[in-house]
Parts: sequence; structure tokens; C-alpha cells
Amino acid sequence: MTSTLRPVPPSRREAGDLPDRLQRLEDESIHIIREVRAQFSNPVMLYSIGKDSSVMLHLARKAFHPGPIPFPVLHIDTTWKFSEMIAFRDRMADEIGFELVVHTNPEGVAAQINPFDHSSQHYTDVMKTQALKQALDAGRYDAAFGGARRDEERSRAKERVFSFRDRLHRWDPRNQRPELWNHYNGRISAGESIRVFPLSNWTELDVWHYIAANGIEVVPLYFAAPRPVVERDGTLIMVDDDRFRFEAGERAEERWVRFRTLGCYPLTGAVESTAATVSEVAAEMAGATRSEREGRVIDHDQSGSMEEKKREGYF
Amino acid sequence: MAPAQAAGGGPGPPSDLLRLITCGSVDDGKSTLIGRLLHDSDLLYDDHLAAVRKDSATSGHAGGQVDLALLADGLKAEREQGITIDVAHLYFSTRRRSFIIADAPGHEQYTRNMVTGASTADLAVILVDAARGVTTQTRRHCSIVSLLGIRAIVVAVNKMDLVDYAEDRFAAIVDETSDLGAALGLPPPVCIPMSALNGDCVVERGASMPWYDGPCLMEHLEQVDVDRAAGSATTSAPFDGLRLPVQMVIRPDQSFRGYAGTVCSGTLRPGDDVRVEPSGLITTVERIVTFDGDLDEAGAGRAVTVVTAEPIDIGRGDILCSPDRPPERAREFTATLVWMSGSDLVVGRDYQLQQVGQSLRCRVIEPVHRLDVDTLASAPASAMGLNDIASVTLRTDAELMFDPYEQNRTCGSFILIDPRDNATVAAGMIKAATRAAHIVPSAGWVSPQTRAQLLGHRALTVWFTGLPGSGKSTLARAAEAELAAAGVFACVLDGDNLRFGLNADLGFSPEDRAENIRRAGEVAALLHRYGAVVLAAFISPYREDRDRVRNLHPAGAFMEVFVDAPLEVCEARDPKGLYAKARTGAISDLTGVSAPYEAPAEAEMRVRTAETDVSEASAEIVAEVLRRVREPGGGTSGHH
Repeated sequence: MTSTLRPVPPSRREAGDLPDRLQRLEDESIHIIREVRAQFSNPVMLYSIGKDSSVMLHLARKAFHPGPIPFPVLHIDTTWKFSEMIAFRDRMADEIGFELVVHTNPEGVAAQINPFDHSSQHYTDVMKTQALKQALDAGRYDAAFGGARRDEERSRAKERVFSFRDRLHRWDPRNQRPELWNHYNGRISAGESIRVFPLSNWTELDVWHYIAANGIEVVPLYFAAPRPVVERDGTLIMVDDDRFRFEAGERAEERWVRFRTLGCYPLTGAVESTAATVSEVAAEMAGATRSEREGRVIDHDQSGSMEEKKREGYF
Repeated sequence: MAPAQAAGGGPGPPSDLLRLITCGSVDDGKSTLIGRLLHDSDLLYDDHLAAVRKDSATSGHAGGQVDLALLADGLKAEREQGITIDVAHLYFSTRRRSFIIADAPGHEQYTRNMVTGASTADLAVILVDAARGVTTQTRRHCSIVSLLGIRAIVVAVNKMDLVDYAEDRFAAIVDETSDLGAALGLPPPVCIPMSALNGDCVVERGASMPWYDGPCLMEHLEQVDVDRAAGSATTSAPFDGLRLPVQMVIRPDQSFRGYAGTVCSGTLRPGDDVRVEPSGLITTVERIVTFDGDLDEAGAGRAVTVVTAEPIDIGRGDILCSPDRPPERAREFTATLVWMSGSDLVVGRDYQLQQVGQSLRCRVIEPVHRLDVDTLASAPASAMGLNDIASVTLRTDAELMFDPYEQNRTCGSFILIDPRDNATVAAGMIKAATRAAHIVPSAGWVSPQTRAQLLGHRALTVWFTGLPGSGKSTLARAAEAELAAAGVFACVLDGDNLRFGLNADLGFSPEDRAENIRRAGEVAALLHRYGAVVLAAFISPYREDRDRVRNLHPAGAFMEVFVDAPLEVCEARDPKGLYAKARTGAISDLTGVSAPYEAPAEAEMRVRTAETDVSEASAEIVAEVLRRVREPGGGTSGHH
């Protein structure tokens, strides 16, 4: 699925009013994004539809203004994303005018892999990690941008901005290229690739303040609203469509919730909240006592589990 | 991994950002200190703390207590071994400031990690064990961070609990560190006594050291004024000349053409005259374009797109600079190199030097002076291994534009890449151009275009490479005659002939072979500059040497011809009797027999002389040469 390119609309915000901290982060990210366009022949930007992806996409628009984003934007669709995310994705592709590529693992669909019957590890491996590798191979992309931040999780704290992957997309944390100043080594041999993380130095709060300062649109699921949820093992799971499997005694109840992070709806926990605007979310964040990825069921399979997934090719 | 903002923080986020590096080892309690800093500032999320509690039970080294060190040690392998082996980045904010900590391991075998972390830091925190005082490790840490241009150093005198919080012990360490600072030409470091284990003077003051009236560590980090003028490193007067290395050209359609890049020093304003290096052309800044509207001014660090008044040729690798203060340009310069690879530096071998936008082939030439960071003494050496720091001379294939590192951290630094596996093998900080670099080639008044008009064709170098006896010289001579008949100024450059004169001092070792080809390449390039079609016939067995000759020519003006014949055929021909002599041992190092030959992977032409006769092969070559030198756009672009 590909939409046509069209010119970027003019900006609404007055220049030069970002706080120094956000300006430094923005400048560094734009530098990285441009460096990738200049050093690689076929980059692609991964788009998860989440808030970090939205910021990364916005930075890509800024980096090449007044030109369009000069590479395709790839979404790995597990078929279990929140329906609001998919609608948002298609609308953004249309409004911003980027080339959208969507891929779903056909083998996973054929085998009916889903987050209810299969373990989160197996489901994630087939529908996310394998699907991503298929899409990267098919597109022959030599660089792939991801919106991951180093503050998200312990193993990510040591990830490089330009992160080398071998022909099988594997990451070797013990054999990473040193990264100094702002000189990024993008040299690779045929079949190898680089994952690029332009938001490496951003924190969750930076992302929200930047969204507020720039008026960036994000999926409404980030803002509190009454939504049908089921409480399961202490986690609030939203009933997003009729594929949801209720366990004995469970029923959906309406609660005021929002999401700090967005993924596949059966694997993403909601938090109870009344924060309905960006500034309310940021204010709530300032008093937060739990990290955002805590809502992700897949991170907690075992200690070091994100590191294991990353070695295998997960973003 | 640390969260947002301290609980109870002010209404808005802090606007200021400080990047720091922490240097020390597990033994100094560095990870514990970082954990303490986050823990006591209420900067830990409950689930992160819970994960650490869980891990403390299985792999903690704090004897059953919550091991705060586990907060800083990221990777699983490291957690299990209880050591930090890479640079980890930690993020946190207090009411006053946002911080990015690069947490680097302290032992000598991790010097490269510390150098990496220090390259982007504004300030360094160096841990000293109060019981042990200033050690060689402390000396090494101080000299590394000062080498990387960090002026603001905080010495965290930790484990004061082990010396009974004694004031005189602390005073002795203060004296030692200020001596060390003086030896490195640094202002006296700020010393703070503390106990990370018990939490004294990290975030909370505690009651253990009533004699200390300075700031706690956190207080100091929140308040310290760091000169962050993006360009300046070690000099006290910040460098303010404009430097904007162009990353790419943004040209969505015919109506817009902008040059995108990050201002690395100085200030850019519309209406300013800027000089474009290396062309030296002067133009005027018309607009500074950003997504959020045009800027009236862009200072160091800003990523912008510049539109100039005149449509001049600017591309990636060019630098926009102040008209009266261009960067230095040299093909030979001295630099401090930090070796970061397990494979040693090979003097004379090709590496790729990379800076923002600039990427050049280079070689380290002797002498190499290895620096002993413990004693600050330097001694001559023939090689560099992992974590070695040395002063070296580098020679590049083309001119590098740079500023000395002590003036400009971005335009004075570079990385070296091994082209064989693309690994980043070294970090470099430029000191100065050498004397040789100041020999300025004088540009003539006769342009290549004029010479081409005069001769009726463009210049071209045809490089014949192949085994001895493959037919290189024969083909070159045949082509020369045919080209002369066609009115082309063609001349043969022959390996053996050159060895009678210019190269009479050279033998057949790999080094001498490389030098033989280097000289031949220079002669070819010289003749090329005067408009000739050069037919060079050299065995030239090493790809690296041939590529170097190629790089002496403008793009498209070099044509490699692989004269390919099987070894048996060459040996059967043996026009000079070399193979016979090699087989009897009368000569050694004959290419193909006792010395290697690296066949070209991407030669412009390949001639199989075992299957074609001389006139046929030569006609084919001549046709291609004529196409390239006579037809419009026949492959030879203008001189650069």
C-alpha cells in the first residue's frame, strides 16, 4: 500500500521558541536523520504509530523541509493493533504525504498466530520480529530508523545511534562500533544494514513536551477517555474488537483510562487516568512512579528479555 | 532508564541540559554512586527499583542489601559478571537541570569506552577512593578527559566512611588533585568528599562531615556553569569562526536549492558573506530555512538549511565558513589517535578517515609516539594496539579541511574506519598541519579545457595491470602507435623503463612495490594534467596501490585495464625469462609465483590475451579510449 507524495504544508508554529534542552535534542536528531539520507542509498523509517514514531516522523519532515520525506515509511502490521491506530496511520500518510509501506507476516496469518492462543514470546517473534526481517529483506533497505529511546529499558541504555546488523539482522552487543562526537560510521557490506535511533537521547517527558510545543498530533488513545477494559492479573486490557477472548468470569467495564505506550491491544496495559490533553499528560508524567514499558507484557518474560529479543532482530 | 522529573518538581521542565561522564571502576563504587544519585533524588520508577531488588537477590554484590550498582549496569552479561563493559547512557532531570550521564568503565582495558563517553560530555566526574587517594588510574582518567577537551572536572572523593570521614585525609587528596590538574594545564578540579554507600554528600548532606562547607555532588551538578560554546574545547577563548559542514543538498524542485547542515561553530545570519571551502568562492546568505520558519540567526548546534544568493556549486563535504577565517587545508597533519580495535594499527596501510561530510583515504606515517597516560611521558613506537593513545602523523589522499581540536571539537576530530571490515578502529584529534602540508600546489593559468581544445581531445590515464608476461607492455605500445596515428597525444609509461631511472633505488619488497607504483602514479597524474593520454603498464599487484593512483585522477579520467592471462600462459611466454629464473630460485618475489597478485574487482576493461591477438585487443582498447577522450560526455568529467 503506497500513497502518493505531495508537498509538505507550511508550519503553524513560530520559529525559535523551543526551550534550549528540546532545541538541542531536535538539532541532534535532525543531524542524524540527514546523515542517514546522505550516507545510505535505500533507507526506510519504521513507523509504529506511537508517540515516539510521531515525533520521529515530525523530525524527518523538519530535516528535509521544504522537500518531502525522501524515504518510505514502513509499518509492521500484526493485525492486532488498536483499530484507532490503523485509522490514524492512514490519515497521517494522506495528510503529511509520505510513502507508506505496510507489511504483515503471511505465514503468521496462515498459521493463525495470535496473542490469545500463543505465548507473547512466540507471537512477538512471528508477527513482529520475523515480519520486520521479511519487510527489510523485501525492500532491500540498507538503513532502518526506529524510534527507540535509551531511557526506555536497561539493555537499550548501551545501544548506539547507528547500530550495526549483520546479514541476518542480528545485533551483537559485545561488538558495537564506538560512536564519537557526531561522526557516524554508516559503512556496510552488501546485505548488512544499520538500525538508526535518532531519539536515543530523548526521555519520555522530552517526547511529551516536544509534542506539546510543536502541536504534533498523536493517536487519541494516549489521552484519557471512558473505554471498555478487562482487569487481568492487575493489568487493564482494552476490549478493542470482538476478537477479544474473555476468560471465565470476566466482563468489560467502562473506566477512564489512557495508554502510555501503544502496541497490540491484547498485550498493552492501560493506566487509569483523567489526563485528557497533552499538558495534563505531561503533568501526570512528572509525578509518575512507574516506567512506561511496564505496561508492555512482552518485556517481562524473563530478566534481560529485551536484550534477547534485540539480539534476534527485534527493534 | 531513569524516569522523568523529581517528584514535586516545578511546573515546567528544566530548560537546561548538562552532559557528563562518570569515570571510575566498580572498586571506587561508581555504579553505587550513580544509583545513589538517582535513588536519593526520588528519580527511580518503582518497577525499575523492583527489578533491581529482584536481581540483587540473585546477582547482587551488596551482601543482601539492595545493590544500587545494578541500576547502572545495563546488559545481562555485565550484570552477571558485576562489571560495566560499555558506555551506558542514563537520563534524569531535577527541578534545575536535565542530565545525560555517559557511564564508562574505569579499567585501563576500557580506555576506548571512556574516550567515547568523553567525546560528547561537558563535564567529568572522576571517582577517587578516599582510602587509596590519587592513583595511576586517577591520573589516566584526568589525562583522558582533558585530552578530549573537557575543562570542568569534579573529583568525587568516595568511601569517606572508610577513613572515618577525616578532614585531613580529604585535604591531602585535594592537594594531590590540584597538582595533577596543574600538570595537565587544567584549572584545579572541584573536590567533594562523600560516601555513596551511606548517602553522605551525594544528594543529602548528612551529618558525618560537619567540617565540609562546600556543595554536595547533586547541588554542584545543578549549579555549575559549564562553558559549552559548542566549538571550543581546551582553549579559554571560545572559537567563534563560522563552520557549517554541508551534509546534503535539499532540492525538491527547480525553485528551491538549500544546503543542509549543523552549525558547528560561529553564528550565521542572512546577509552575511560566507566562503565555501574548498572552492574558496564567496557568496551571501539569503535565507536560513527551517520547518518552523526562517531564522534571523543560527548559532552553534543548530541544524539548518542555507539558501545562498548566487547559485554556486556546493555539495556534501563542503564547509561554509567566515570569509576571513577559513579552516586549514592539508594532506599531512599531526593528531592524537586513540586506538579502539583489537587489530593493531598498521603503519602505511590505508584507512578511511571520516568527519561530518568528509571521507578520505589516509595512512599513518611514522613516527608514532605512544603516550603513557599514567606518567604522561611519550616514547617512539612502531605500532598501536587496543586502548593505546599516540601522537601520529597522517597523510590523506586529498586535502582535509579542519581546525585544531583544541579550537574546535567537531571540525578538529575524526574517526578512522578499516575499509576491510568497516569497523571504527580509532578516534583522532587533530593538532596541526605538518611542514609538508604547507607546500601549496600552485594552480596554473591554463585550464584543462584549454589544453583539451589545443590537443583536440581530453586527457585520460589507461592503467594496464596483470601478471608478468600477460602482455601489458605489448598492448600499451600497440595502442600508443594506433592513437598517435589517430592524432592523439599518447605516451607509454612502462614499469621496467621507470626502474632504470626514477625508481632505480627500489627493490621488490611489498613496501618498495608500493612506492614504485606511488611514483608511477604521480608521474601519470602529472602527464594527465598536461593533457596526455597516458598508457601505463605496471604489474601493480596490490589493489590498494592501484586505487590510490585512481584517486590522484579526477572522476572518470582513470581507466583500469585488467590484462588477464592464466599463469601457465604467461609462464610459457616468459618474454623476459623471469619465470625461469624464479623457478630456479635466481629471483625471489615474482608476482604470480612467489608474490601475490590481487586481480581488480571492477576494472573498466578486461582483456583476455590468451584468447585474443594483440591487434584485436589493442583495437578494442583504442576504440574505448577514443570514445572517452573525444565524444561529448564520454566519461571524463572536468578537472576537480
